[in-house]
Amino acid sequence: MSGRVLVGVKRVIDYAVKIRVKPDNTGVVTDGVKHSMNPFCEIAVEEAVKLKEKKLIKEVVAVSCGPQQSQETIRTALAMGADRGIHVEVSGKDYENLGPLQVSKILAALAKKEDAQLILLGKQAIDDDCNQTGQMTAALLDWPQGTFASEVSLEGDKINLVREIDGGLEHIKINTPAVVTADLRLNTPRYATLPNIMKAKKKKIATMKPADLGVDLTSRLEVLKVEEPPQRQAGMKVETVEDLVGKLKEAGRI
Amino acid sequence: SNSQWYSVVCLAPICLYPCLIKSGHAPNEMTDGIPGDLLPDLDQGVEMERFADEADVVIVGGGPAGLAAAIRLKQLANKHEKELRVCLVEKASQIGAHTLSGACLEPSALTELIPDWKERGAPLNTPVTEDVFSILTEKHRIPVPILPGLPMQNHGNYIIRMGNLVHWLGEQAEELGVELYPGYAAAEVLFHEDGSVKGIATNDVGIAKDGSPKDVFERGMELHAKVTLFGEGCHGHLAKQLYKKFNLRENCEPQTYAIGLKEVWMIDEKKWRPGRVEHSVGWPLDRNTYGGSFLYHLNEGEPLVALGFVVGLDYTNPYLSPFREFQRWKHHPFVAPTLEGGQRIAYGARALNEGGFQSIPKLTFPGGLLIGCSPGFMNVPKIKGTHTAMKSGMLAAEAIFPKVTAENLDSETAGLHIPEYAENLKNSWVWKELYAVRNIRPSFHNYFGLYGGMIYTGIFYWILRGKEPWTFKHCGTDASQLKPAKECTPIEYPKPDGKISFDLLSSVALSGTNHEGDQPPHLTLKDDSIPVAKNLAIYDGPEQRFCPAGVYEYVPVETGDGMRLQINAQNCVHCKTCDIKDPSQNINWVVPEGGGGPAYNGL
Repeated sequence: MSGRVLVGVKRVIDYAVKIRVKPDNTGVVTDGVKHSMNPFCEIAVEEAVKLKEKKLIKEVVAVSCGPQQSQETIRTALAMGADRGIHVEVSGKDYENLGPLQVSKILAALAKKEDAQLILLGKQAIDDDCNQTGQMTAALLDWPQGTFASEVSLEGDKINLVREIDGGLEHIKINTPAVVTADLRLNTPRYATLPNIMKAKKKKIATMKPADLGVDLTSRLEVLKVEEPPQRQAGMKVETVEDLVGKLKEAGRI
Repeated sequence: SNSQWYSVVCLAPICLYPCLIKSGHAPNEMTDGIPGDLLPDLDQGVEMERFADEADVVIVGGGPAGLAAAIRLKQLANKHEKELRVCLVEKASQIGAHTLSGACLEPSALTELIPDWKERGAPLNTPVTEDVFSILTEKHRIPVPILPGLPMQNHGNYIIRMGNLVHWLGEQAEELGVELYPGYAAAEVLFHEDGSVKGIATNDVGIAKDGSPKDVFERGMELHAKVTLFGEGCHGHLAKQLYKKFNLRENCEPQTYAIGLKEVWMIDEKKWRPGRVEHSVGWPLDRNTYGGSFLYHLNEGEPLVALGFVVGLDYTNPYLSPFREFQRWKHHPFVAPTLEGGQRIAYGARALNEGGFQSIPKLTFPGGLLIGCSPGFMNVPKIKGTHTAMKSGMLAAEAIFPKVTAENLDSETAGLHIPEYAENLKNSWVWKELYAVRNIRPSFHNYFGLYGGMIYTGIFYWILRGKEPWTFKHCGTDASQLKPAKECTPIEYPKPDGKISFDLLSSVALSGTNHEGDQPPHLTLKDDSIPVAKNLAIYDGPEQRFCPAGVYEYVPVETGDGMRLQINAQNCVHCKTCDIKDPSQNINWVVPEGGGGPAYNGL
């Protein structure tokens, strides 16, 4: 076993920033907007680093697909404890069209190239909320998947996983190599402190293009339009129950 | 017990640990001795050692002054082929994210710093083409001619988005080899045994609201330097401590301030007049409240306007709300048409200096010096402080460089003292410029208020260029100007219409401000009982109105009668107004975990 874990990290618009739709309705404004690492990716990085600290795995490789600025996101992962980074350069129109299927193909190719034993990802990104990349990557590699993980423990060449599902918690055991996606309660990510950021500058980030991995970025999806959610209409206060019933009847609701 | 855990680092030299502080003790105040009840709890099992690193120069604050100093230092180092490690820490998550300004930039200092700024793509895209000044009444507008020579004339200047300029300066600095660390706040000044400044420490992270360490607790890092430059901007929190420690304000007037609120709007193209600068005074403020508005049409491809309102913080009526004055000004018949059909896309606020020449403190001390709006070099009638801030940074760098690279420097103190910086500043155009306009702002303190001030400016500045032999004093600190609520009339503000004017909370959301929720509130109170006993009782809780982010609310207590002050620290936009204007001077703004605060984009 290589003892190598691949962690995918995505650079997304910071969750506290107010999103604005571009005037031409083709997407949201990203220029100059504050970005940070997807919160679920942070949790994935933390889990990988914890596994390394417990000496259950040997190396953590942080991967990101995107433009030049994605390197900042990889640096944060390195500051949290990842050993090295891989930046798969995707920019311009290709980046606008980049979705889970293409990213999964890239991750699958990298997993084979790096002989990874485990792929750790966030369960979804907060910008597109797709919740697909982990699942697709597992399918492309024909590996087991443990998604929405809230607890992960390695037992020999198997992984014990607790999954957060609608009805409660599901306990499963899967073989490695595997893909695991992190849910909110898996852990609390550590801070990327200044001394670690300084050390991270010395860690290596390899750059490559999707074509180097034999991946075709053509998207099968076409975004037709991006719009703001409709303005919420003002509500109305009524004094009595009769008023309420009357208004509901007027609006044809009952 | 009533004691509360506070994580805040007490500045007594040996007490660097999360302390048990009884409420009533001033956290982050300089204390010579440690009261007996402040005992570090040493068996927390937490790692207390701090990692330390050495640089030649450390700069606190990634604004125009700090970045100009960093750039100039590296330019000199490269020119003289010397190695120089320059580290800059900035509390915002990215360089420019806490920057807010009008702004009409006078490019003099930038041209001195980087003569080929245009070729390098500096974001100065909008030369000023039209300059309009008005006195507003409730329904009308009196145009005021801007004669050449008056300070508010903008010919040759550029309308810019300061955040973008600062971001660009950051890129220039990085290219030159400056180590920039956005997202890391300088929380503590470090001292050598001889009392000179040794450097700074960033804040500890992972401390819960109650002051106890969380699993992710980690101590901050120490950055040591031969000289530390403090460029925290208007009313910096470390500068506040340095003033006390080194007695830097003993021969100057107290600083006076204003609050500036700003919005950026995407307007209807038909209303767009790129290069147009509009300023107004008068309505909605009365003649005794200093302030006015700005509205600038940017020319960067989209029909954007930057507009805002400034209110002098020496206002006397505790019922005044700078935010609501701003919102209602937008409805004036001269202003509203520009905004009709448009969309607001940004909001923010920041305090600015108004003290000018009279309020400049001593600028240097062993181991460090003050640059930019922190000591305060704003030319108030021009409403420009960026060119002087940048020049002060450059002069600091030029004074530091020979000493910091000298082979065998004889220094009395471990941290270097660089009084040459202050001397050079006094001989520069910054000093002449500030001297010439020194009496304009104080001239507003007369019976005729605004009109008296304008007449004074017309006579003494336009004709005599500030050569009059007297220097007016300010009226004291801004905090002491508030009259008790019972002596004042509440102001009837109109409700926001949701199209041109807006409510406070949706405005705050637009600033993108956020802080890690589970951390001690960074708006600290020296005495917990004073807000209700004094601020609310005498002044009707003015902090509810002067805070542009809705941090302070007086709410009823859960059980029984009475009110309490609720501090919504997460909303804070780091404007510093509360620390300035609190009539009890009980609120002490300290820096929260780095990376928190607003996420301004090109403001």
